[in-house]
Amino acid sequence: MMYSNLVKKYYRINNLPHIWCPGCGHGILMNSIIRAIDNLKLDKDNICVVSGIGCSSRASGYMDFNTLHTTHGRALAFATGIKFANPNLKVIVVTGDGDCAAIGGNHLIHAARRNIDITTIAFNNNIYGMTGGQYSPTTPTGDFGTTAPYGNIDKSFDLCNLAKSAGATYVGRGTAYHASLLTKLIENGLNNNGFSFIEGVSVCPTYYGRKNKKGSSVKMMTYLKENCIDKKVVDKKPELGENKILIGELYNNSQPEYTEKYKEIIKMLSKES
Amino acid sequence: MCDNNSLIINTDWCKGCGICVEFCPKKVLSLSKGKVVAEKKEDCILCGQCELRCPDNAIFIGGKCDE
Repeated sequence: MMYSNLVKKYYRINNLPHIWCPGCGHGILMNSIIRAIDNLKLDKDNICVVSGIGCSSRASGYMDFNTLHTTHGRALAFATGIKFANPNLKVIVVTGDGDCAAIGGNHLIHAARRNIDITTIAFNNNIYGMTGGQYSPTTPTGDFGTTAPYGNIDKSFDLCNLAKSAGATYVGRGTAYHASLLTKLIENGLNNNGFSFIEGVSVCPTYYGRKNKKGSSVKMMTYLKENCIDKKVVDKKPELGENKILIGELYNNSQPEYTEKYKEIIKMLSKES
Repeated sequence: MCDNNSLIINTDWCKGCGICVEFCPKKVLSLSKGKVVAEKKEDCILCGQCELRCPDNAIFIGGKCDE
């Protein structure tokens, strides 16, 4: 059969093709993770991919690493345990907007606060796709979902700002259209010794797109192409950033890492005894 | 090892979303019966934009030995 080298090396081919809808952005985002891992030449057996529940979290089943498909919202809690048990592992969390900002919102802010060395990639499709299109914490105000038939009255979360204010030391945003940029951001996130949060803006033509008359997947991808702007550009010319989605590296700061600080405590106490 | 010099389509995996068709800079691709086809394969410059954004890994730049 005809598979690319990346597919042969990093995917569980017997589980493919995946069950995501035609034109779903999640497949593109998943490929960006694979490319980042391949570019960094990381050892496959030294990587653990953890996911929660939702469309996004199907990804762990397709990728051929040590993988863990956990309960709803708890991917980061499981990942924290894994990192503590074996700090040498590269732990990657694949989560969705509902999984990490609603059900697992607490786990997200506390993992970020601790600055534990986990790279989190949030596939943001602005809706609960798997369960039928309920509005999520990132559904924009006024947009429709099956549970918001008259328009969403909630304000939406900016996931990157949330992670940054909670204490994440590397924060970036890419999109399904800007897949090369996303790959680069994931690489930087994996290299950051601390909590990295990368938002991947996805497209959901089946639920979010149809409910909000956004058109086909191609139209939604074109929207991303035309309505995103890199933070580097906005830093120089702020007027260009109006009503645009900010992409690129949003925050980068070095702070002591959690499992290392824990190790220091152990060391100190073993000297005393 | 074989050279990456060929545009390869895995029709079984193609879901016909049309993303590759839209973002191909040389307009090589089109949809036929819900699947992608390389209509003007001779115009392909092997840039890999289709592979980059295919959600299903159904199109890629590979060598003859991948076929």
